[in-house]
Amino acid sequence: MNFLIAPIVVAVISGILAAAISIVDKIVNNYGEVNISINGGKKVLALNGGESLLSSLASQEIFIPSACGGRGSCGACKCQVTSDVGIHLPTEIPYLDKKEMAENIRLSCQVKVKADIDIMIPEDLFNVKKIKSKVLSIRDVTHDIKEVKFDLQGEEINFKAGRYVQLVVPPYNKIKGSTQRAYSMSSKPDDKGFVELLIRLVPGGIATTWAHTLLLVGMEVDLIGPFGDFERSETEATMVCVAGGSGMAPFKSILYDMFEKGEINREVWYFFGARTTKDVLYLEEMMELDSKWDKFHFIAALSEPEEESGWTGETGLITDVLDKYLKTKINKEKAREGYLCGSPGMIGACNNVLTANDITIDNIYYDNFA
Amino acid sequence: MVPDLNPVVLLFASIFTSNILLANFLGMCSFISISKDMKSSNGLGLAVTVVLTLTAMLNWVLLQYVLIPLDLLYLRYIIFIIVIAATVQILEMVIDRVSPALYMSLGIFLPLITVNCAILGVALFMQIRNYSFLQTVIFAFGSGLGWWLAIVALAAIQKKLVKAPVPAGLKGPGITLITIGFMAMAFIGFSGMLSVQ
Ligand SMILES: Cc1cc2nc3c(=O)[nH]c(=O)nc-3n(C[C@H](O)[C@H](O)[C@H](O)COP(=O)(O)OP(=O)(O)OC[C@H]3O[C@@H](n4cnc5c(N)ncnc54)[C@H](O)[C@@H]3O)c2cc1C
Ligand code: FES
Repeated sequence: MNFLIAPIVVAVISGILAAAISIVDKIVNNYGEVNISINGGKKVLALNGGESLLSSLASQEIFIPSACGGRGSCGACKCQVTSDVGIHLPTEIPYLDKKEMAENIRLSCQVKVKADIDIMIPEDLFNVKKIKSKVLSIRDVTHDIKEVKFDLQGEEINFKAGRYVQLVVPPYNKIKGSTQRAYSMSSKPDDKGFVELLIRLVPGGIATTWAHTLLLVGMEVDLIGPFGDFERSETEATMVCVAGGSGMAPFKSILYDMFEKGEINREVWYFFGARTTKDVLYLEEMMELDSKWDKFHFIAALSEPEEESGWTGETGLITDVLDKYLKTKINKEKAREGYLCGSPGMIGACNNVLTANDITIDNIYYDNFA
Repeated sequence: MVPDLNPVVLLFASIFTSNILLANFLGMCSFISISKDMKSSNGLGLAVTVVLTLTAMLNWVLLQYVLIPLDLLYLRYIIFIIVIAATVQILEMVIDRVSPALYMSLGIFLPLITVNCAILGVALFMQIRNYSFLQTVIFAFGSGLGWWLAIVALAAIQKKLVKAPVPAGLKGPGITLITIGFMAMAFIGFSGMLSVQ
């Protein structure tokens, strides 16, 4: 029996130490009730400390944009903290510039609420709601983009065309935690009762794989929104819009909104880049809008049109086509504004084309799908 | 046999003449890497002193009342290390709560105290030398202070070294090791005065 003594001694001592650690953990990491005071005391929330600012606020139905779902990889969850919460963490610094650091702007998913804290958030965020929606329909609009309609079940989202919502993806298969991803609303603000999203499959992507394989009509899904600042300006300037793939979403919303509200005296050029005819979504709808609305011009540019498709539209890279139109077709005397939506690469390339054609950077608006 | 030692002599010896770092060369890695900055040096020195004293006390109790009676002396390495790891873990949680700034500045070195050989070294010395509980506390506390003194002294010298024309090949760890060598010689110079072996 002597041989058992050593393992027992080691086990007992380890057990006692482990118990000591968890007791200290309970005591030390219990922050008790703390208050979050928002916008100089306009709203005060009382809750238990210890969680991140982002999730503490979410638990009280205040939703800070968090396109990456709190992983510290999008920088969307910025929020000004006016009380002392210690120095910026190494995980925050890459997303902040000098001015933001000086104003103590923080990533709310990285800051832990340990004591009473004062924060400032845009008033808009008080409008953000979490809505239990039900999938109404799912339709393939291209080989890799699905159009998904969500029934808001009696609730409403009031938004300006161009805004996005966060889709809450439940845990599935090997993905243990719930995640959130941003998707622009392609439905119009006047489409009360439902919201439409265009979801492009990113191979291996957490949210899009779920949406393309496991999401079914009738399922209940949480949507949080509206978020964002992408919208049309309130000027008379010519709109030069450029999109590719699912970047169609906010433009579909903005264009139909303008058309139905009678804002048709404004000149709008919409360039859509794709590889083949199979990759152009809503081609017929856009052509139809083009024919009904004098000052709206839809230009799809295919980089590799199929031989048999009989494509008669523009061919080549979207940047080249955009450049050609800016130089030859679009009136340079009138004020022009750029609207870009899509991947960071596309936005960067189109930005260069627009600025090279004398559209200044303050007149270029974009929604980065990164 | 518990050695017959004057507590005051033991304290001074463990700080100066038998400095755990400069006479025994234990705890070098964090000593070299964190001594570039005075504030972190002070923080780490404090943390090492606290961990050293606490773990030596706990380990003494376990040694005298568990390991020796049960004739399990060969388990001492494992037991000492488990105790050290747990103590550091607890200390880490407490520092994070009490002083996030100190926690941030210590960074990776706080968990690394677990594998700081000075800590295990002190526990083993107290066993080999048969210290009493009081002697163990004094020796451990003194060794901690000695380590602290050494790292702060090195940080101060490094500050001056920045301005010195060091040959390119010796910049960084090279000149640091040479500096430590000189410091060690200075400390060992006292070793004839007091001895705790
Ligand atoms: C404001 C905003 C609006 C958006 N609107 C839409 C929209 O209307 N429709 C839409 O389909 N998507 C939109 N997105 C992108 C969307 O939020 C997700 O990032 C995207 O669907 C990928 O999610 P995932 O979980 O499947 O991939 P993840 O698991 O997050 O990523 C898997 C891998 O793919 C890479 N990756 C992430 N996003 C993309 C991308 N867009 N293209 C190529 N590679 C990528 C990642 O770096 C990673 O390596 C929008 C993003 C933002 C910030
Ligand atoms: S939620 Fe994306 S960085 Fe905080």
